[in-house]
Amino acid sequence: MQTWSLVSICVLLGVVVRWGVSLNSYSAGKPPMFGDYEAQRHWQEVTYNLPLQEYFNTTDNDLNYWGLDYPPLTAYHSWICAYAKIINPDWVELHKSRGYESPTHKLFMRTTLLIYIPAVVLYCLYLTDGSSKKKISTLLCFLLYPGLILIDYGHFIRYNGVSLGFALWGILALGLGWDVSGSMAFSLALNYKQMELYHALPFFCYLLGKCIKAGPMGRLFLLVRIAATVLATFALCWLPFLSDPSQALQVVRRIFPVARGLFEDKVANTWCSLNTLIKIRSILSGDSQLYLLACTFLAVLPASFRLLTKPTFWHFKLALVNSSLAFFLFSYQVHEKSILLAAPVCLLLNDLPLIAIWFLQASTFMLPLFLKDGLLVPYVVTSLAFLFFSLYLLSALDHCSEDELRMGAYNKLLFFLPKMDLAHVVRWKFYISVAVMAVLSIVSIALVPPPHLPDLFPVLVSTTAFLHFFGTFVYFNVVQFSEPPSRKSQKKNN
Amino acid sequence: MAARVDSGFWFPALALGVSFLKCLFINAYHSTDFEVHRNWLAITHSLPVSRWYHENTSEWTLDYPPLFAWFEFGLSHVAQHFDRNMLQVENLHYASPSTVLFQRLSVIFTDVVFIYAAKECCRCVQEQKGSQDVLNRPSFVLAVLLLWNFGLLIVDHIHFQYNGFLFGVLLLSVAKHLQSQHLQGALLFAILLNLKHIYLYVAPAYGIYLLRSYCFTQDNKDGSIRWMSFSPLRLLALGSIVVSVCALSFGPFIAMGQLPQVLSRLFPFKRGLCHAYWAPNIWALYSVLDKGLAVLGVRLKLLEEAELPRASMTGGLVQEFQHSVLLSVSPSATLVCTLLSILPAVASIWLRPCGARGFLRCLLLCALGSFMFGWHVHEKAVLIAILPLRASYQSFSDADVHHLLLHSSQEAPQRSGPSAPSSGGHLPARPGRRGDRLRGGLPPVAVATEAALPPPAGDVGVLLGGRLLLLPASVRQAAAAGRQTQAAVRSSNSIL
Repeated sequence: MQTWSLVSICVLLGVVVRWGVSLNSYSAGKPPMFGDYEAQRHWQEVTYNLPLQEYFNTTDNDLNYWGLDYPPLTAYHSWICAYAKIINPDWVELHKSRGYESPTHKLFMRTTLLIYIPAVVLYCLYLTDGSSKKKISTLLCFLLYPGLILIDYGHFIRYNGVSLGFALWGILALGLGWDVSGSMAFSLALNYKQMELYHALPFFCYLLGKCIKAGPMGRLFLLVRIAATVLATFALCWLPFLSDPSQALQVVRRIFPVARGLFEDKVANTWCSLNTLIKIRSILSGDSQLYLLACTFLAVLPASFRLLTKPTFWHFKLALVNSSLAFFLFSYQVHEKSILLAAPVCLLLNDLPLIAIWFLQASTFMLPLFLKDGLLVPYVVTSLAFLFFSLYLLSALDHCSEDELRMGAYNKLLFFLPKMDLAHVVRWKFYISVAVMAVLSIVSIALVPPPHLPDLFPVLVSTTAFLHFFGTFVYFNVVQFSEPPSRKSQKKNN
Repeated sequence: MAARVDSGFWFPALALGVSFLKCLFINAYHSTDFEVHRNWLAITHSLPVSRWYHENTSEWTLDYPPLFAWFEFGLSHVAQHFDRNMLQVENLHYASPSTVLFQRLSVIFTDVVFIYAAKECCRCVQEQKGSQDVLNRPSFVLAVLLLWNFGLLIVDHIHFQYNGFLFGVLLLSVAKHLQSQHLQGALLFAILLNLKHIYLYVAPAYGIYLLRSYCFTQDNKDGSIRWMSFSPLRLLALGSIVVSVCALSFGPFIAMGQLPQVLSRLFPFKRGLCHAYWAPNIWALYSVLDKGLAVLGVRLKLLEEAELPRASMTGGLVQEFQHSVLLSVSPSATLVCTLLSILPAVASIWLRPCGARGFLRCLLLCALGSFMFGWHVHEKAVLIAILPLRASYQSFSDADVHHLLLHSSQEAPQRSGPSAPSSGGHLPARPGRRGDRLRGGLPPVAVATEAALPPPAGDVGVLLGGRLLLLPASVRQAAAAGRQTQAAVRSSNSIL
């Protein structure tokens, strides 16, 4: 069958699954706050009716009711969407349209796939190795990744697909060698959501490394070109706010609210998990953010340094994963959904299928969050489907040898342990972990927690997820420092 | 792809994939058919058998044959563990989350029958020699066309009906005939008729085929009938199967003297020539013509506007009405037209039988003929023609008709719901010589768009196309049968 027919089928399947999930309940809510859907609609109301300068401050705009706290590109996007006024003016009437919902509006707002899906298709077709069948399988698995689907189309927080899409375009461009376009795309992603800062360091190190590796003249030229592009993009996005420095500062204050606590809800990061043992939240005060920053920086350092010295695409992908994981695990005010930024692991579906699938499954394992929104059925269905189809199509369980999992370094590190069949061990760990996740999911739904431990199940879930994430973090760091795959083993993988 | 994909694991993968997709539609829009089935669960669970066909608290009275009522009775015993309240007859339009979950899951689970039947049909497909890419194998294509049939997905899992289960029984019966196990096939068809009597549409095909190809054990050399080879034993076997199944199903009601009541429920002729949403058949054209002539007549002052009947045929009301200019059509007239339309096909398998392949085509033509000329046909009835058509997917002419039929069935269910997503796609075959196996690549998927066409216009367009292809198809079948003088394909076990 022709490749493009298969690609169309995969894309259509991805769209159908997203639409199917969106038919379920979402983050609707009750007055007075109404939920995330209402936040989106409110931003459209604000951006359409008020002049640009007032988007981020409090004149006619009540910041406590879902104030805009993303960079300017989100505001512009809301403004474009607000041209939905053509269809129905009631949606965006200032102050009067709070709490308004309708099915067509829902559909209208789910068009983020226009940016995300083409990037995925192009990546899978042009930047992965293997036969065309393997590429198509990777494409299907990438599109079926449950985390992004459930958040963007089920839970409906924000347009994560747009910012991730822009970042993917950036990665795609860098992979094809178009450094300038890549940096422009990533700047756009940064200006859409500040969470993309998680990925900023690898981009920076990769481009810097490339500049260093280029000859003396080429080095300066490339550096100048990239810097100019980035500055120009930022300037373009922030143009309306640059006229008044206090304006710009207000925007920055809205984007980085440092007044919030160490963590919110039950997040699968280090501090939350440590909190169960030692009450960290009470020990660390607001000033200790510096310590946290130092911690995060330390975690990110090895991968970034390695990338700087060896700026290849393979190391770039690994560094993206490591950096976003490090930020998630150790940073300040991490929200559960930030784990989606580890979606770059999808880029590794082709090279390290089993570990990638394992991690992606664990990252979807945020059950307490979804139970709140009644998304149980989509969660179960999409997780099972992803697990089954990715294992089947990518034959992940067959490609478990030591070489394919790049576990050579582990053997050297753990030389004091008896020699075991590593592939066997990994496979069994995978089965056990999937079983544990399944059991925990069932238990969280079916059983009622004991009265003196009301948060037992969310805590168990987040701690399990944390252990998985930490293990993956260590693994990918080890892989980054191992030798890159040899040509022979690459041919064998196909 | 890796070895595992080629090892035959693709069928479970396809089945599992489509089942997962069905689960995503659990909370989608559902039509009044949901309330219909909930009501029947309540009736069969809460009331004694003698009241089943008399109960009319709800407007959705029981109008399927008794075996289906027993099926609902069985389901109701599982339902009570989900939500007891749905089994109260007075709880009209009750749709709690557990109720929705139960009903949707019941459709998904009973689709197991359909999946099994699809597997049986795939087994009947002859594979080409030589190792082939999985995606190009005829059995793979057939499995995709059957399991991922989007018309069935939309009707069953969004609109809400139990067609998957029923079509499973039909396809299983067809598969049994292809494997020359005629008694099993007949048994399955008898059960099917007692589950949903709409399959009477295709009963002539079964009757004539079994009589000609099963009861007459041998043919003459030129393919014509050999009267001496009639086997009364076989006829008796068939007859006893059919009679015993019907007795099992209708027996209790005959004993209670309720047979007339049951029959009036099953065959409600007071519902009018066309359904509230027109099926794209001849009578739709007829009504349009009538309306057109009426308007013209008023314009040309040949008719008085006051004399014209006021009924609106597309008003959404189920009622009888009279045509204003042309003759009004009665149920017996439609029966005569239907019988005339299926006559060529049925005659061809009597005079020059082509074995199971001919039977399948005749079945298809009977379904189409009844759809075209029947009384009060639902648009969904076109599925009865589509699924066997997929099974007999062979040559250029079939692909054409398939293309058009699928489009008409895609448009129809969307009118029954504002937010039903159109996720349709189908794989038209590349045209080839008659008799070719499916070979080579398939062109890219065509997506059926969610066009909101007003009922008559879209149907008329499809209708004309379908009409034009129907007659030549039946004539072509008769001609093809005449050309094939080698008859006796009783032991044929391939459909492609």
